[in-house]
Amino acid sequence: MSTLPVPRNLERFPELHPPLDAASALAEANRCLFCFDAPCTAACPTHIDVPRFIKKIASANMRGSALTILDANILGLSCARVCPVDVLCEGACVMRRYNKKPIEIGRLQRHAMDWFYEAGSPLGQPVPLQSPITLRVACIGGGPASLSCAAELRRHGASVTIFDNRPLPGGLNTYGVAEYKLRPSDSLREVDLVRSLGVEFRQAEIGGAREIGGAVSLDHLENEFDFVFVGVGLGAMEKLGIPGEDSPGVIDALRFIQRYKTEHEFAVGRCVVVIGGGNTAIDAANAARRLGAEEVHLFYRRGEREMPAFSFEYEHSKVEGVHFHWLAQPLEIVQREGRAAAVKFALTELGPPDDSGRRRSQPIPGSSYEFACDMVIPALGQTRLTDLLHGTRGIDLNGGSIAVDRPTGRTSNPRYFAGGDCVNGGREVVDAVADGKRAARAMLNSDRPGGRPHPQEVSRG
Amino acid sequence: MADLTTNFAGIRCPNPFWLASGPPTNSGGQIMRAFDAGWGGAVWKTLGDPIVNTSSRYSSVDWNGQRMMGLNNIELITDRPLETNLREITEVKKRYPKHAVIASLMVDSKREVWHEFVKRTEDAGADGLELNFGCPHGMSERGMGAAVGQVPEYSCMITEWVKEVARTPVLVKLTPNITDIRAAARAAKLGGADALSAINTLSSITGIDLDTFTPRPNVGGLSSHGGYCGPAVKPIALHMVQQIASDPQVGIPISGIGGIGGWREAAEFMLLGCGTVQVCTAAMHYGYRIVEDMLDGLSNWMDEKGFRTIEDFRGISVPKVTEWKHLDLNYKIVARIDRDLCIGCDLCYVACWDGAHQCIHLEGNPKPAAVEAASRARITTTPIAKLDSQQVKSYATPPARIPRIDEEECVGCNLCWLVCPVERCITMEKVETGRPRESWEQRTAARGAV
Repeated sequence: MSTLPVPRNLERFPELHPPLDAASALAEANRCLFCFDAPCTAACPTHIDVPRFIKKIASANMRGSALTILDANILGLSCARVCPVDVLCEGACVMRRYNKKPIEIGRLQRHAMDWFYEAGSPLGQPVPLQSPITLRVACIGGGPASLSCAAELRRHGASVTIFDNRPLPGGLNTYGVAEYKLRPSDSLREVDLVRSLGVEFRQAEIGGAREIGGAVSLDHLENEFDFVFVGVGLGAMEKLGIPGEDSPGVIDALRFIQRYKTEHEFAVGRCVVVIGGGNTAIDAANAARRLGAEEVHLFYRRGEREMPAFSFEYEHSKVEGVHFHWLAQPLEIVQREGRAAAVKFALTELGPPDDSGRRRSQPIPGSSYEFACDMVIPALGQTRLTDLLHGTRGIDLNGGSIAVDRPTGRTSNPRYFAGGDCVNGGREVVDAVADGKRAARAMLNSDRPGGRPHPQEVSRG
Repeated sequence: MADLTTNFAGIRCPNPFWLASGPPTNSGGQIMRAFDAGWGGAVWKTLGDPIVNTSSRYSSVDWNGQRMMGLNNIELITDRPLETNLREITEVKKRYPKHAVIASLMVDSKREVWHEFVKRTEDAGADGLELNFGCPHGMSERGMGAAVGQVPEYSCMITEWVKEVARTPVLVKLTPNITDIRAAARAAKLGGADALSAINTLSSITGIDLDTFTPRPNVGGLSSHGGYCGPAVKPIALHMVQQIASDPQVGIPISGIGGIGGWREAAEFMLLGCGTVQVCTAAMHYGYRIVEDMLDGLSNWMDEKGFRTIEDFRGISVPKVTEWKHLDLNYKIVARIDRDLCIGCDLCYVACWDGAHQCIHLEGNPKPAAVEAASRARITTTPIAKLDSQQVKSYATPPARIPRIDEEECVGCNLCWLVCPVERCITMEKVETGRPRESWEQRTAARGAV
């Protein structure tokens, strides 16, 4: 099993939702009504059969419970920890309408997954490769979408290779999820499970020797593989686009999270300003507190009601001691002695709603003020990585994301499928898993390039 | 305030709640603590020639996370010397003269042995005797307990022997491990019994350890048939009590036993004719303290219903049980769903489709497999405020998940109402058929007349 890159993080980031003990899990499992056509299952993007896995916990069939989860969602372990269950399965639980607490589906799933990984219980015999191999797929990106796509394909006998330009696989599950939700070691356990199915991983060495578009060209992938699945996620975080942004002491939220999770010597500032109102901004702000910042101030250009973060994340962050400042738009990062020393903000007012239905913010002239700090963490969302595919492979984009046929993940180029953040603009792990699984099934049912029919048709002939 | 004082076949006690013969009544010290907690009487752990018990004696059936839905035991009668038990009976009666102390007896089927035990226990001060003709394990292999109760002639004969010398009321405790309990009840009556206790435990094997393949309880790698009791056996006990209570050839008081754990069950047994009730498993599970709510709850219920004494309602449900052939075939009820209370679990829908008469429907009348397939095919994503237009979050039941009853097809079986987790969401409502009352007996008689 993989070890934690920064062991000290175990103490600094105790788990947000501690595991259920066996007796509590049994009591909770027995509380589940076993709804028919359960709303929780429908609400899960991967459609895990929730009542089925819960009743298997109740019947002491732990292996069956775990496999029920993994059959629908190979990343059942990380999803159990990071899913925003309040707006997914637990949000749909009928118990909410019964003046009762929803079933703790997330923690029950974790209970089954913890059992599975602790028991070292294998998924079963790996499915042998087809002979001869009739489907070869390259997955670009080592995150949840590719892992899910690869696992689904491999379980049906296809040959799959994942190409990833980071040293460790797992994508944001390894590098980008807050430590108190998911540890890199757990992400890597899931990667090992996918590997155990027979999926091949090609990681970049440090320095990016095998980076896609560099050492491994798309031409090469198209020659070697029938289909390419694009699960590259989003790119670096958006720039603020204001003076002083490149000062020492400024680090975007994703790099901040990646560094504290992987670097022993990484140190946080004493007074930290986080800019942005999304879940990543909240993760970074909470982490800054846990890493020892005396004060953490989160600034958002709109109001509390418009903040895109989930409300439970916001509530949790207040408990962590993060201070929230509304209606503040950054104008400049002020340097002193060669480092970020303050952020200059303008007050904003809210105008009419924009496309997302949230009210647009406009700075109020003459309202600027400075806020002193020694670290600035912009968290404005991620840029898109998709220009290369659009430019050289004619893959249609939609507002910067890859445009796909939703039920199949098929792009405008018949050799390419796509899923995860690069398609959906940045949702949850579970959405990426669902995208990858749908694309895999579509590839299994597609005619191979060059007019080769897919195997089911061969056997019928 | 209801009056719970009881006179059962001449045995007086402050209330009708007795501890049944068993581990909770093994010693005088225990029984005195039970009386302090509020119990009105106790049937002493069965006296007889001392035996040896095994180590590992009980096993249980748990259900849906609840412990001891049913309890099984292979414990035999008292393993303490007779003299000790008799001395303690005397002491208990001296200190608790108003409480009922009944001695349960089980000895070899010899007239003189029975005579001796009856005399000695009555001399010790017992208020009554309960003849244990019911224990289904161990002792029955030695020709006692259920081995007597299963043969009406033996029951009658031994009851006669006891009555030859007994000065106190004699109760006969009946075994349920018999085809028709009325035969055993009539035999006891014929032998002169003053009252009956029903039921004793049911022969059982509670379960098997799936790792060792040995049934429970495990005694050194082997198990044995035991006696089953606890909440699981209540319906069986109620049935048997009703059978006895409605039999004109019996007509003696009944002390009800079997799955009584609270005042509600006690009231049920009394409504079917019992003058006292006996409790064992619930006291083994939670201790003597449970009697407080039994007294309080029964008393409150009686006040609410306007019953001053137990005699005011005892037995009033007996005539409400009849033979099937007398039921009204023209009585019709149908299920109704309260759309405001429905939480959309759709358990009624699948229960009706798979377990009943396919008359509960979802929008468009799909079959269950089609409903599930449609849900699996739906593409669902996590709502993200930044990416999605903001929607008002509602926890109201989606109308598509509220099932509809086809009242024409509904046979009024009750299944949907039974599975519905929400109180008062599904109700069974009477529908006027316009046809007069007609039973199967009347219908077939009318046919015969034609």
